[in-house]
Amino acid sequence: MHYLFEPGLLGSGPVRTALLVGTVVAITSGVIGVFTVIRGQSFAGHALADVATTGGSGAFLVGLNQFWGFLIAGIAAAALMEGIGVQRRRGRDVATGVVLGAALGAAALFLYLDTQQTSTTGASFTVLFGSIFVISPDTVPALIASGIVALVTVAVLARVLLLTSLSADLARARGVRVKIVGIAYLAALAISVSLAAVAIGAVLSTALLIGPAATALRVTRSPVRAMAAAAITGLAATWLGIVLAYDSYYWPPYGHGWPVSFFVVALVLVGYLLSYARRPNRNRMPRSPHEGTECSPA
Amino acid sequence: MFTGLMLNTWITASIVAVIAGLTGFFAVLRGQTFAAHAIPNGAFAGAAGASLLGINVIWGLAVFAIGGALGIGALGSEQRGRRARNDVVTALALVLMLGLGALFVSVSSQYAEETYALLFGEVFGISQGEVAPIAGLGLAAAIAIGVAFRPLMLTSALPEVAEARGVSTRRANLYFLVVMALATSMTVPVVGALLMFSLMIGPAAAARSVTARPGVALALSVAIALATVWLSIALSYRTNWPLGFFVGVAGAAFYLLGLAARGLGVSRASSPQLSKS
Repeated sequence: MHYLFEPGLLGSGPVRTALLVGTVVAITSGVIGVFTVIRGQSFAGHALADVATTGGSGAFLVGLNQFWGFLIAGIAAAALMEGIGVQRRRGRDVATGVVLGAALGAAALFLYLDTQQTSTTGASFTVLFGSIFVISPDTVPALIASGIVALVTVAVLARVLLLTSLSADLARARGVRVKIVGIAYLAALAISVSLAAVAIGAVLSTALLIGPAATALRVTRSPVRAMAAAAITGLAATWLGIVLAYDSYYWPPYGHGWPVSFFVVALVLVGYLLSYARRPNRNRMPRSPHEGTECSPA
Repeated sequence: MFTGLMLNTWITASIVAVIAGLTGFFAVLRGQTFAAHAIPNGAFAGAAGASLLGINVIWGLAVFAIGGALGIGALGSEQRGRRARNDVVTALALVLMLGLGALFVSVSSQYAEETYALLFGEVFGISQGEVAPIAGLGLAAAIAIGVAFRPLMLTSALPEVAEARGVSTRRANLYFLVVMALATSMTVPVVGALLMFSLMIGPAAAARSVTARPGVALALSVAIALATVWLSIALSYRTNWPLGFFVGVAGAAFYLLGLAARGLGVSRASSPQLSKS
């Protein structure tokens, strides 16, 4: 144990903050990720993360805390995607792609202006790949609060969301306003992605969103159990990632820690691959909203 | 604006636009937008790895782009109703490559500038020597698509008919992903990973929203990509703002124009796929 946990690990303030934020992020991403995977919106999840980059670099420019930039850009993009939103999945992917392309262009501009303005070149790396060890303790309450908002939104909508994911027509027939539900869900997704972006970076937040959820849905069919499993998988990956990153300060190249993001992503992927070993039956994962009848909320 | 190094920029960017317009058309038609995003981005990680090892970035780009394409193609499934799973596989392949990229970038010492150039491109200041390989690769990608044009169209539009005729959707898929990877690995160092994606999707989506005829849409996609790039270079040259910004915004603007044109009923033959908006 002594080799895994370097002395002074838990005594360090940044590490404690990192563990706390990591916990919030892992739980939120795990729960919301299950819906993302069931609804087949992995691309939207990833696109929101990339759009968050735009907000993050914009926030950097005006001197605002990055998290608010992530959040505002994410929610705006979510509304836009659902707004153009074509109901067919292929059309939806294209709408997502176009919004993403425009946002990435803006990100390029903001990052360019950042480097012009501050002459520090670390901005792009921080925004893109995150740095959980430098989160200021002041933002922690805001992070926790946003996580709770996202979780409550999804908890309230859970039944309706599952129904609309399985059959939008059936939901409409029952009087569900599918578009409103879609927007609310994407907003929750945007919050969760913003949180993950703070922790492991905008471009890698997809790992925490999709990885644990996909793993959990391979292991169990029940959405509730899948959410629990996803949250636990995410937690394990995040905590272990933080510990390993802390330890890696003593690995080559010396005096230069490896990024937390890398460890978290690697661990998430190991978990996903392990789920293949556990259950080789490929038919267990809900294939699509229309075929995954085992998730029926009714 | 049209002298010396800038001439190389114009030539290279035009070649890149043609490749992007061609591959993007099929990416949109086949619903592989996410893969079109994942492969250039993943390739960026390969470039970071190559620069860490001190070898030519092209090798890193090629290894990661083709590896990613094969991974997405092999683990994904082409059966109906399995798109959710494809998306998951694509997402995970992408984060694996990006995670490695984060590691490479953080371990190597010269990160920020290099990362920025790889992500957002460095289209100004392309040397004479860089133009030829890109032209060659562009030609190869165009030929690869031209040779397989019919099977690609058939598997995109009518997968069941394609299967019945003995055309494997899965193989067509893999073939297309590898072509996209090849096209990507040469273009990323020039135009950047993020820009390549914008350039593939925006023009193709705009073209598809205006017409349903594949030949016309393909030509239009290439034409819009060229217009986007030329406009962007000119604006970028004048304002000194990054090229990626103009390409991203112009791509979205063309798409919105296309939607508006269709909404106004300019084209009666609107795409059946997108008509139900």
